[in-house]
Amino acid sequence: MNKIDSLEDRFQSRIDKEEKIEARDWMPDGYRKTLIRQISQHGHSEIVGMLPEGNWITRAPSLKRKLALLAKVQDEAGHGLYLYSATETLGISREELLDQLHTGKAKYSSIFNYPTLSWADIGAIGWLVDGAAIMNQVALCRTSYGPYARAMVRICKEESFHQRQGFDILLTMCNGSVEQKEMVQDAVNRWWWPSLMMFGPNDSDSPHSAQSLKWKVKRLSNDELRQRFVDMTIPQAKILGIELPDPLLIYNETRGHYDFGEIDWEEFRQVVGGNGPCNKERMAARIKAHEEGSWIREAAVAYAEKKKNYEKASVA
Amino acid sequence: MKDWPLYEIFIRSRNGLNHKHVGSLHAADAQMAIQNARDVYTRRNEGVSIWVVESNQITASNPDDSESLFDPASDKVYRHPTFYHLPDELKHM
Repeated sequence: MNKIDSLEDRFQSRIDKEEKIEARDWMPDGYRKTLIRQISQHGHSEIVGMLPEGNWITRAPSLKRKLALLAKVQDEAGHGLYLYSATETLGISREELLDQLHTGKAKYSSIFNYPTLSWADIGAIGWLVDGAAIMNQVALCRTSYGPYARAMVRICKEESFHQRQGFDILLTMCNGSVEQKEMVQDAVNRWWWPSLMMFGPNDSDSPHSAQSLKWKVKRLSNDELRQRFVDMTIPQAKILGIELPDPLLIYNETRGHYDFGEIDWEEFRQVVGGNGPCNKERMAARIKAHEEGSWIREAAVAYAEKKKNYEKASVA
Repeated sequence: MKDWPLYEIFIRSRNGLNHKHVGSLHAADAQMAIQNARDVYTRRNEGVSIWVVESNQITASNPDDSESLFDPASDKVYRHPTFYHLPDELKHM
């Protein structure tokens, strides 16, 4: 047995014993790369995810709704930061991470490339998109990489309010006028399928999944998580009194789960590949914010240096 | 542009408890690190006090030295009260 094999064996046996891996521990190169890809993609999704909602902050229907939406978007900025910091423990710099996002080298969740057309979309995002994200994130609280797991625990604690505020928006509208309820139905019709796509390709088409599960980077497969989400969401839709846009959504007694229709994977591939309704707009907004904020980053450094020099001078 | 240094953030959740490491963030200086830590880590009353330390000021033990550092403690059972057998009639010690 050569040295590399034994290190990898030892690593895998630590994983098998549910030990957490920490930043300075030895890890296979593939594990490091997988984590950098997954955690940064997760962080980028939080950051880009602020954009579709930001669209409605100034047009929220009441001060209460506006405050809640602001708090939610602020959380998402925080979640992006937790995840970027966790990624940086793996030896990649913040600048490289942002560069990968802005050049399109790194991906973010395809869901944020859909437009938010009405106020009901903000409710649907909270209910469905955050609901799907939470399903994924709760499982990731047990991921094998310590800094990622800790970020997930923090995020999950904060995230549950996001889903409730979304559901609350929809419930209020469903109890409102006919037009308001129609807005909810329209939003749910548009967000349902993209939400199911958030869990990624079917297990049979997900080449990295097996290795990620073996390393316990992922704890549940894409299809398992998607099924849990479907099962959880249907009773909630009944409370809202709206239809989910899938005629094949039927409870299967034998499986003990809801069956559902085939996802349009061609649409998924198109949106991931950059051809969704808002890909260009999102990236343009992200890059503009970064570039137009550069003066403030430079000013902060200049101020910190000036203050340091001043302190030195006053000591001397 | 010069990168903002990385700071490690420690939060005391309430008086009587020790500061605990919660994560890290970038800031131009220590004062800004405290302000950012306030916004990033204490949005829901998680803290009453914040410490920030520039990450490169921390010296950490090497995971490869774990055996020599920590294993010697594992065979010293006599450091624990359960090592000592007391007569049954003795109720409290």
